[in-house]
Amino acid sequence: MRRQVPLIITFFIGALLIISVFIPPMTSLKETFTLYFDIIAVFAFFLGGGNLLRVHLSKLQGRKEDWGFSLVTVIGFAFMLTIGLFKIGNPGGISASITADDSLFQKLFNFVLVPLGSTMYALLAFFVASASYRAFRAKNREATILLIGAFIILLGRTPFGMMLTSWVPDQFSILQIPNLAIWVMNGPNLAGQRAIMIGIGLGVVSMSIRILLGIERSYLGEEQ
Amino acid sequence: MKTSQQRISGLFFVIILLSFVSGLAAEEMIVPDPNDSTKICIPQPPTDVKATDAVYDKGNVVDLNWTLSSDDDAAGKVLRYQILRRKAGEGDFTSIDSVVSGTTFYKDESVEPGQSYEYEVVAICDGGSGPSDPSAPVTPDMEWLDFRLTNLFLIGLLICGAVIYFIAKAKRGKTLFIRKIAGLEAVDEAIGRATEMGRPILFVPGIQDMDDVQTIAGLTILGRVARVVADYDTKIKVPVSRSLVMTASRETLKAAYMAAGHPDAFNEDMAQYITDEQFGYVAAVDGMIIREKPATVFLLGAFFAESLILAETGNSIGAIQIGGTANPPQLPFFVAACDFTLIGEELFAASAYLSGEPRQLGSLKGQDVGKALAMIAIILGALATTIGQTWHIDFISKFADLLNSLFRTN
Repeated sequence: MRRQVPLIITFFIGALLIISVFIPPMTSLKETFTLYFDIIAVFAFFLGGGNLLRVHLSKLQGRKEDWGFSLVTVIGFAFMLTIGLFKIGNPGGISASITADDSLFQKLFNFVLVPLGSTMYALLAFFVASASYRAFRAKNREATILLIGAFIILLGRTPFGMMLTSWVPDQFSILQIPNLAIWVMNGPNLAGQRAIMIGIGLGVVSMSIRILLGIERSYLGEEQ
Repeated sequence: MKTSQQRISGLFFVIILLSFVSGLAAEEMIVPDPNDSTKICIPQPPTDVKATDAVYDKGNVVDLNWTLSSDDDAAGKVLRYQILRRKAGEGDFTSIDSVVSGTTFYKDESVEPGQSYEYEVVAICDGGSGPSDPSAPVTPDMEWLDFRLTNLFLIGLLICGAVIYFIAKAKRGKTLFIRKIAGLEAVDEAIGRATEMGRPILFVPGIQDMDDVQTIAGLTILGRVARVVADYDTKIKVPVSRSLVMTASRETLKAAYMAAGHPDAFNEDMAQYITDEQFGYVAAVDGMIIREKPATVFLLGAFFAESLILAETGNSIGAIQIGGTANPPQLPFFVAACDFTLIGEELFAASAYLSGEPRQLGSLKGQDVGKALAMIAIILGALATTIGQTWHIDFISKFADLLNSLFRTN
């Protein structure tokens, strides 16, 4: 019964939402169910926050390896929670919005969390360089084609590409590197992307049918 | 005894007061007095005001079209158009909205189905206005079926029918050939490696919530992976960025451990909530990878900018990595940094493939019918467009247009 009820709900709601696409009076159902999902997700946040605290407090209690990180996490969590709940440092007091520009909560968000996030994001530049170095080595035929394609795109996106091939006569302008780069992006690249998108669409249909019919139920914990 | 100057001032005050009150009542609409020659701006009204019932809606939309006022030109005399509405044959028009000059269309989404309405469009300039003639009455109606989506319905029916047909066929015992997917063939090997090395496995189900089908696909694979992990008695960690995904991951892991006959080996903290914040999550998972050095990293679900940061960190510690997402811009990153990549549809096929269950494999076969249909349509469409446009053959061009419209959804 514990598994049958969710499966029945999944089937009916799923079928209803598919049908609603074709019936104009029912088109707003999707938004309604999204709202329900958001409400459920809010309650689940308590579970997430509770888990976070439990894991890190137990690490602190047992002085387990790297407990210092847990200490920072717990202090940060408690600090932001207290400031947010009691609106400490909020110029407008308890009744004003917590996200006002000069509130302490918003300042901590803008001047601590956002820069930290940007720092992590900035790492991407170095990781792109190291990944490209590995990917663009001409180890085999496919990797060589990838290398040539990347070379054309990189040159085509810089003024140097135009400078190198500006002497090519207009009737062969497709051979100018910037034009070649556009062709690679709009031709082979777009075709490949669309093929992947078609595959994804079909994959989603197939998986949805498996879930709706209850054939795929491992995410519900069926194998008990 | 009031002087004549006081009387005139009093009269002037009353006139101003009355104009103010009437101005409020008319909701900003400036009604010109045709006999008042002192008004310097009386624009020509918009013409041909047509109100039509919008098709394929809930009966709550009326489309309004008109021809611009002849004063609506580069000189900028007309500032805006005021839209007025009344229930057919009932009372005065009231203002419902205004649009900027140069606009010839308005969508009224606040009408009631079955009620007749009339509209008026007023050209407004600085100090005066030009109202149009009222439109003919329109009665918005609700449509029960959106026939514009007939093509989508038929194609969907065909593909769903094929999937269900092959599921039924597989259920009857028919053996179906499914091509090997290298990334999934490597799952057992990757788990075995972690077991031999005595190091944990890290499973990252993406950063989206349970309303994303990629997360569900990731969790279904987690179920299969966790079963093998339970058998091998290897450690697995599932850091998640959404609370609901945490609870779903726990259920999945618990079920897998019970199915493998090791319920006592299950620990709730295997699935651990980190944070909803994208890069906070990345920092925590990167820290885990660096500190705990997992032998195997699964990155299966919805990923965005964090895909390469996670995959490169995993690569730097020499972990065997299996990545997969249905987010095409992130796929090149996984291809560059992971040992195996599940490209798009392979992510959704993974769970069925790993289960080996005939009914699930049947659904993959049905999916191939859709692919065959798409391939045929693409080849025919490309040929028809090329031939039709090169040699100007009318019926072939029409055939190309027909194919195009068959796969268009808007």
